[in-house]
Amino acid sequence: MSIELGHFALILALAIATVSAVGGLALWRRGPRVAQFLQQSAILQFVLVACAFAALVRAFAQSDFSLALAVNHSHSLKPMIFKISGVWGNHEGSMVLWILILVLFGAMVAAFGRNLPRPLLSLVLATQSLLTAAFTAFTVFTSNPFERVFPPPFEGNDLNPVLQDIGLAIHPPLLYAGYVGFSVCFSFAVAALISGRIDAAWARWVRPWTMLSWLFLTLGIAMGSYWAYYELGWGGWWFWDPVENASFMPWLAGTALLHSAIVMEKRGALKIWTIFLAIITFSLSLLGTFLVRSGILTSVHTFASDPTRGLVILSILAVLIGGAFALFALRAPKLRAGGLFAPVSREGALILNNLFLSTAVGAVLVGTLYPLVLDALTGTTISVGEPFFNLTFSILMAPLLLVLPFGPLLAWKRADIVAAAQRLVAAGALAIFLAILISALGGLSISLAPLGLLLGFWVAFGAIMDIIDRGRFGKLPPRESLRRIIKLPRSTFATALGHFGVGITVLGIVSTTAWESEVVTTLNPGETTAIADYAIAFDDFNEVAGPNYSAERGIFTVTDHNGGERTLAAERRFYEASGTPTTEAAIATYGFSQLYLQLGEPQADTHVLRIWYKPYITLIWLGAILMAVAGVVSLTDRRKRVGAPAQSKARRATEAA
Amino acid sequence: MSLQGTMPRRGWTRKRKRLAVIGVLGLVLALAAALVLTALRDQIVFFYSPSDLLEREVAPGQAIRLGGLVKDGTWERSGDTNVFVVTDGGAEIAARYVGILPDLFREGQGVVAEGALQPDGSFQATNVLAKHDENYIPKEVADSLRERGEWRPEETGGQ
Repeated sequence: MSIELGHFALILALAIATVSAVGGLALWRRGPRVAQFLQQSAILQFVLVACAFAALVRAFAQSDFSLALAVNHSHSLKPMIFKISGVWGNHEGSMVLWILILVLFGAMVAAFGRNLPRPLLSLVLATQSLLTAAFTAFTVFTSNPFERVFPPPFEGNDLNPVLQDIGLAIHPPLLYAGYVGFSVCFSFAVAALISGRIDAAWARWVRPWTMLSWLFLTLGIAMGSYWAYYELGWGGWWFWDPVENASFMPWLAGTALLHSAIVMEKRGALKIWTIFLAIITFSLSLLGTFLVRSGILTSVHTFASDPTRGLVILSILAVLIGGAFALFALRAPKLRAGGLFAPVSREGALILNNLFLSTAVGAVLVGTLYPLVLDALTGTTISVGEPFFNLTFSILMAPLLLVLPFGPLLAWKRADIVAAAQRLVAAGALAIFLAILISALGGLSISLAPLGLLLGFWVAFGAIMDIIDRGRFGKLPPRESLRRIIKLPRSTFATALGHFGVGITVLGIVSTTAWESEVVTTLNPGETTAIADYAIAFDDFNEVAGPNYSAERGIFTVTDHNGGERTLAAERRFYEASGTPTTEAAIATYGFSQLYLQLGEPQADTHVLRIWYKPYITLIWLGAILMAVAGVVSLTDRRKRVGAPAQSKARRATEAA
Repeated sequence: MSLQGTMPRRGWTRKRKRLAVIGVLGLVLALAAALVLTALRDQIVFFYSPSDLLEREVAPGQAIRLGGLVKDGTWERSGDTNVFVVTDGGAEIAARYVGILPDLFREGQGVVAEGALQPDGSFQATNVLAKHDENYIPKEVADSLRERGEWRPEETGGQ
């Protein structure tokens, strides 16, 4: 019964979204009544889709195998958390999650956007409804998650075992929140183009939404990378696979948007470019969600793909993205450029940031789509792999990282580059010293490692120097400096923390790439091997039974150079329902470094063991977490809170009256 | 851009500023385009089926991807060394891989191996890819099998 109610709720949401989209786009000039209707409609859409989603979750949780989706992707023996995450571990269910987040953002705009000018609010909500209508229609008509089977089977086919993991239970919701959040920026851009109202206030409204989506996307990508690292058992944390590129491109574009919106808000410049970026970022998010899923690009680790419906989804994308760009081409020339500035200025630095980030997007896009184009044109099958991306991406990022610490130190409009450089001397000297020291101690395995370390330290210390400099340490008494620092706006801390996080991630990437070591060996229980400073003893090998799998388990004792011992278990699991084996690597974290053990298939009483030592690898994800925390700090900045400026204006008006 | 710090600012008219900015943008874009094109020429990896490999006379040592089916009864392991034969129904190539193969590596199933040909005509794999889905057959492999009429989805799907 609840399944049918859920189905009905989704169809109702489609109807309401359609009415809102058409009505809103036609009548947005008609004032507050239209806006009010659209606000209520947005909240209603959210409630309805939430009901539909809840119906699916309920069916999965209760293992209701009269639901076709549950039969194909669930199993009664699965732990509860994986029954629930099974809802979005497939194409149909993940579409519902996608729509749920879309309408959630719509409802949030409706709830927090009370201070937006009515016409703009109407247009934003109408565009948001248009997106909802398009994707709900796609789901209802081509990927209906509410189909029943009769007679219901006794047992389900189980979810792909590698998806039965806590990391993948939370990775898609985070990633989707990031992707879909950019829809708000997209809707704002479309609304601005239609209404012709594009000014600093527009940028102020868009920035918190960009920040929110960006921080979710950051966490989602980091989570996905860590999941792939520990669950797939390949020991790698990034493969430049189409799926990863698809999530990385909107992140790069979103990062650029975040920075260009600052220029637009503070200086009224870069309007056209910011609008363009807002459209591009969401377009890339759509490509990210659907390009790989459409089956046009193949990837080694995409799930929930369904090539049969690829054409439909690509046509929807073409219409939405094409429409937005047509609108852009039509209206953008009418926008007036604003804000003059010298090349050496905060604006100039932010333009450089945007230049390198968007060029990087272009490079990743070319690398991702090139095999497709070449195959279509010449029939030659090639793969563009890690070497291409590593080369182009690192060359594009190096200058960006080099100039990054200067940015926050430059003044708006016109800045003194020499003064900024003087303030960064200490950071630069320390970075050079540490890079040389570590390279000398660690031994040079690749020639570019010191350079990478240098950039990482430079960015991290540059961020710290920014704060120290603002407190005028050394020029004022320490107590006065501290007082100044405490009084700094939170957005300043957010900038510093975010950039510090970038530096930390770079350090993690460089150190693990340059100084990783790997041992592949055969070992029997009772024997030992060694890697880096660690001795590894194979203690025991036995068979164990899990809730819905059986496993071979190797028990290992790792002894570090101080004599400390840890026991680890690496498993090879076999999931009966789907007949799939998986590898559960054993990972031991020492400080920021990790030891990674993978157990191979047993053969003639011996076991193949693959062991990696990955120095400072956790810094990669730690840096990403710092970036996300910086996003949160920035969002709590009073000056940027959603709607705050209009509120204070309203208050001033009432006070004056 | 550091050059501009030494120039007298007064001389910077609006037009010159704009030209400077556009110049820098154009330069970076041109460099990036050149970079991408060079990288595309040098860093791409061609995909071959065993038949392609024999026809095209690929030089030993060149990085390639080899895709096909793992021939039944050819997978042998001794310690950490794996030896197997990749076939596309037409030709066969012996491949060797040191390390742990992916969980879903199976005889009779699709495989894509990265590596290079050895002077003796065998294939040394540095990386073996298999998707974490039991029904998976790489698209390239499926295409080349289809060309040879060896495409039997009901056999390659499932266990």
